[in-house]
Amino acid sequence: MTEQPSSTSETPLIVEMRKIVKRFPGVLANDHVDFKLLHGEIHGLLGENGAGKSTLMNVLAGLYRQEAGTIFVNGEPKVFSSPRDAIKAGIGMVHQHFMLVPSQTVTENILLGLDEPHFFLRLPEYDSKVAELGERFGLKVDPRAKIWQLSVGEQQRVEILKMLYRGVDVLIMDEPTAVLAPQEIEGLFVTLRAMIAQGKSVIFISHKLHEVSTIADHVSVLRRGVCTASGVPSKGVSRQELARLMVGREVVFSLDKKPSNPQSVVLEVDDIYAENDKGLPALRGVSLNVRAGEIVGVAGVAGNGQSEISQVISGMRQCKQGQVLLNGDKVSNRTTLFGIQHGMAYVPEDRTHVGSAPNLSITDNVIMKNYRKPPISNNGLLDMKAATKLANELKLAYDIIVPNVSTPVRLLSGGNLQRVILAREISGLPAFMVAVQPTRGLDVGAIEGVQRLLLAQREAGAAVLLISEELEELLSLSDRIYVIYEGKIMGEVKVGGSDTDERLVDVIGQMMTGTPLDQIQKEGAVA
Amino acid sequence: MAESTSIKQKMPFRIRIEPRLSEPPAWYPALVSFGALIVALILGGILITLAGGDALRSYQHIAKASFGDIGVLSDTIVKATPIILAALACSVAFRMKLWNIGAEGQFIMGAFGASAIVLAPVLPADTSRWIFIPVMMLAGMVAGAIWGFIPGYLKAKFNVNEIISTLMLNYVAVAWVNFWIFGVWTEGGFQMTPKFPNGASLPRLLELSKTFPAVRGLTTHFGLLIGIVAAIVLWFIIFRSRWGYEIRLIGDNPQAAKYAGINITQNTIWVMMLSGALAGLGGMSEIAGVVHRLQTAPIAAGYGFTGIIVAWLAKLNPIVIIFVSILFGALILAGREIQPSGVPKMIQGIILVCLIASDFLLRYRIIISRGEE
Amino acid sequence: MDFTIILQAGIASGTVLLFATIGELFSERAGVLNLGVEGMMLIGAMSAFSTTIATGNPWLGVLAAMFVAGLLSQVHAFIVITLQADQVVSGLSLTFLGTGISLVLGEGLSKAGTVSLLPNFSIPLLSLIPVLGKIFFTSQSVLVYIGYLLVPLSWYYINHTRPGLHLRAVGEYPSATDALGINVFRMRYFYVFVGGMLAGLAGATISLAVSPGWFSELTTGGQGWIAIGLVIFAQWDPIRAAVGAYAFGALRRLILDIQGPLLLLGFANPFYYNPYLGFFLQMLPYLFTVVVLVIGSREAMRKRIGAPAALGNPYIRGERGK
Repeated sequence: MTEQPSSTSETPLIVEMRKIVKRFPGVLANDHVDFKLLHGEIHGLLGENGAGKSTLMNVLAGLYRQEAGTIFVNGEPKVFSSPRDAIKAGIGMVHQHFMLVPSQTVTENILLGLDEPHFFLRLPEYDSKVAELGERFGLKVDPRAKIWQLSVGEQQRVEILKMLYRGVDVLIMDEPTAVLAPQEIEGLFVTLRAMIAQGKSVIFISHKLHEVSTIADHVSVLRRGVCTASGVPSKGVSRQELARLMVGREVVFSLDKKPSNPQSVVLEVDDIYAENDKGLPALRGVSLNVRAGEIVGVAGVAGNGQSEISQVISGMRQCKQGQVLLNGDKVSNRTTLFGIQHGMAYVPEDRTHVGSAPNLSITDNVIMKNYRKPPISNNGLLDMKAATKLANELKLAYDIIVPNVSTPVRLLSGGNLQRVILAREISGLPAFMVAVQPTRGLDVGAIEGVQRLLLAQREAGAAVLLISEELEELLSLSDRIYVIYEGKIMGEVKVGGSDTDERLVDVIGQMMTGTPLDQIQKEGAVA
Repeated sequence: MAESTSIKQKMPFRIRIEPRLSEPPAWYPALVSFGALIVALILGGILITLAGGDALRSYQHIAKASFGDIGVLSDTIVKATPIILAALACSVAFRMKLWNIGAEGQFIMGAFGASAIVLAPVLPADTSRWIFIPVMMLAGMVAGAIWGFIPGYLKAKFNVNEIISTLMLNYVAVAWVNFWIFGVWTEGGFQMTPKFPNGASLPRLLELSKTFPAVRGLTTHFGLLIGIVAAIVLWFIIFRSRWGYEIRLIGDNPQAAKYAGINITQNTIWVMMLSGALAGLGGMSEIAGVVHRLQTAPIAAGYGFTGIIVAWLAKLNPIVIIFVSILFGALILAGREIQPSGVPKMIQGIILVCLIASDFLLRYRIIISRGEE
Repeated sequence: MDFTIILQAGIASGTVLLFATIGELFSERAGVLNLGVEGMMLIGAMSAFSTTIATGNPWLGVLAAMFVAGLLSQVHAFIVITLQADQVVSGLSLTFLGTGISLVLGEGLSKAGTVSLLPNFSIPLLSLIPVLGKIFFTSQSVLVYIGYLLVPLSWYYINHTRPGLHLRAVGEYPSATDALGINVFRMRYFYVFVGGMLAGLAGATISLAVSPGWFSELTTGGQGWIAIGLVIFAQWDPIRAAVGAYAFGALRRLILDIQGPLLLLGFANPFYYNPYLGFFLQMLPYLFTVVVLVIGSREAMRKRIGAPAALGNPYIRGERGK
């Protein structure tokens, strides 16, 4: 384990966490973790999903109380019983999932929880204070706008302003780039450097190696609740080594993927226009197709229409214009049942709230698609023996680790739940599958398992549409990738062709921020 | 994952509350419910004493007056019969998270429907029992189903809160039935209709007293059988049929049900109609088995509301409902003689409150540990 | 039939609904659905009446009503906030509890005879305004005037003060407010208490002003449920709540008065000649509530606004997102 930073001994330690222990029922999230933050630095906290980074920072931010260990701020031991205490000590957190009240304005959100104004809200006065603060730090946003009207990047700025307004010196950013496109990320980095210049210190939590090595001065790594590296200077260590500290073994970035041999078009999405839940246009003329025996990826920053397109395809959402054809049959604006009966499989992004019934058993969950037909049901009566038999078969085949199949699925881990859902969808031998964020929140072993299943589908000749925010995943699994931006397809690239990975990432990144492919190619030709 | 909360650092031991990670053993929920019942009875006793009554004697009286001998046991069952059907009605709606508070009104309309067959008259007074009873059953179920259809439709089409719509319809049902009793079918200006002919009454145990002298004087009627059969049929529907699977899936996660292609709108209407029909059947059973005329007070006696509590206590299981209904039948029967008169209702309320509170123990564990860790 | 009298009585009767509706509105704005309004109103009515009989002071009765109903509401608060149980069932059981307890403790009250009521008076200058003065400012109970004040005060509190900002946020996005140091649990307990107090006040308004006396369950006659429906109609806004409450009050009075005269709008009054038709009139307030619900729900669907986002869900710390 590498130790003290090699900076001058005059640079003070603004935050120190010693031997922090944090437990949740059934899991030790932080196992005697040490952490040090120098004044005026950007410190990257690296680790996979579930390594304990967010937990550690939640302890620092006062949201959780640690079982053991001490926090020092500017050398003084502090006890935080609430986020308010942490903020008073100068520590504030910008969460991954913004904590903004959508129906209220920027200023109202910023004022939330403060003692000033004491009773009467004098919004115009505070609007100008907020605007001033924004100017100072280069975070431009309209104080009177309601949160739901703002873009994701703007909302993030409000979150940062919220903390700065409260006079925090230490800003903890939890996976801030998860919702930003590559160009917006650059903007965020500029902002962070501006804050450092104004005397703040930043902790940058991420699972993205390349970002952390770019922006951070020092890096700490957590793996499965244990600190494997503390305060390592980011320039002094290689990416491979950081990866190993994160994961514990050589990270293999590619799977065993056979060359593609796509057959005829199975899914055709033709010029779809659709609205989102708020009634605003989410899809504005989306067209794509998927052939049998290939995986087609859809890349894009979250919130650009990915959810909506998967919902239109699966039948969960109506479209205003256009159509979706599955092997020639129109499945759009029909019931989900119609799609299911014509070979559609859907792995939704929300496992617990859409993909499964939490209090029902595994058996009840796996028969969700085929319960209408024999052998599961005969003449309206369910044959529970047949259902249980099927559930047990699937349990074996898909490696679902659980004592028995009558366990309610809410007790399953994320990985096991995803296996149940995949078992249900795949066992019906679908002609087409759309999977949305299938590996989100899973540990490395589960991720690999899911990705292998998707590849196996491809081998078996199914058409797979993979919608994911992990560009690496898309690059390693897909044969082609579409990029969606603000409800439109910006372009399509072929994977495994003549372009290098770096070139592909660059092109995709540009499309993710709104540059259509033909424009990129034109500019490329000129350059 | 929820944070575990610590209470009181000052004591020599620490109490921690943690969410459960695994299912508690199968007998645990029953134990917890039973414990809640005991706590409720104790609290009820305290309140009775505060109001000037004698708690211990009240409870003793309840036990004796409901299970003391075969005669009162039969009376208890008679009181339990409408509760069974009302609770079944509530249970099927609750399974789909449809809060049917209108079982009371649907019960009343069922009684009305059955009475209409006799009083309109739809069948002549000398019709045989074999025709009268099935027709009355059908009429009761149809009337109840209609009364369930209305809030079901409003919820399905306009997302109208079914708690309030079903409740409002309770009051409307009372007014409706009052109109017919006072204004149209009244017997000599009294607040009741003429008595039903013999053909229009459900057979009672005491009618077999010539063959079985032991059942002399027992008023238990055929309605009990109707209730038990309904419970068994409902159990099969919920747990062994496609429709029941769909209902359970919708109740647990409407989004998942939508994804599975289940039509929630249609099911909302059908389930409300089924619920109403069951309650209506209860109304018919009470009219034809006990009251033998259309009269407001005996049918608007709160069975619909008791049904809610019974359904919840029985965890929506149709078979368990039968037994819990008997318990509550005892409470109502014996409670009528207890002073003060609001006691049964109050005890029902306390039981429900304790039950809901006890659910907490099923989702969280309380851990007591010594000192600091 | 004098319409001004009907409206005047309607205002008085509507004040009952007003208190109950605004009380529930506060509770729901904080994210807690309390279906026990009927039970709390009943226990408030009973407490007010019995305390006034015992002490001879109706103001003590009002305070007792608010306190007792508020206390009862805390049972519900504990169950749904701390024990995180289902808000619907808990509220229903609260109704049973409140109804049952008030019946038990109020045994024999109806025979207690008359009791000193709260003062009725007119407001000097305002009562001289033609028509409106007679309706709003003449010979109304002091509680009615308190009701007039409650409406704009509630509106201002919710929309233009800091605690009101916090209230709105707690009902919309409790985890955000928690992260900023606001005690979600304490706020919810408080606003459930406010709801309970106002429901108790509504009950006191019945037994000490509008329909003096104690008539067991008939005292409230389902108004608690109507109030819950009115909250939806009001789209959680106090001013709309007032409109709905007074309109309903007028309706109830109208129903009573319409059965009296021989002639109705120039024709023979069917309700006079066939008194049993009065039962259909009795249905009207309840049917109207359903209509009001349909209107309110359709509006919410159309405008895509509606209930406070976190309404009905227990707040569990540690869950990400709402």
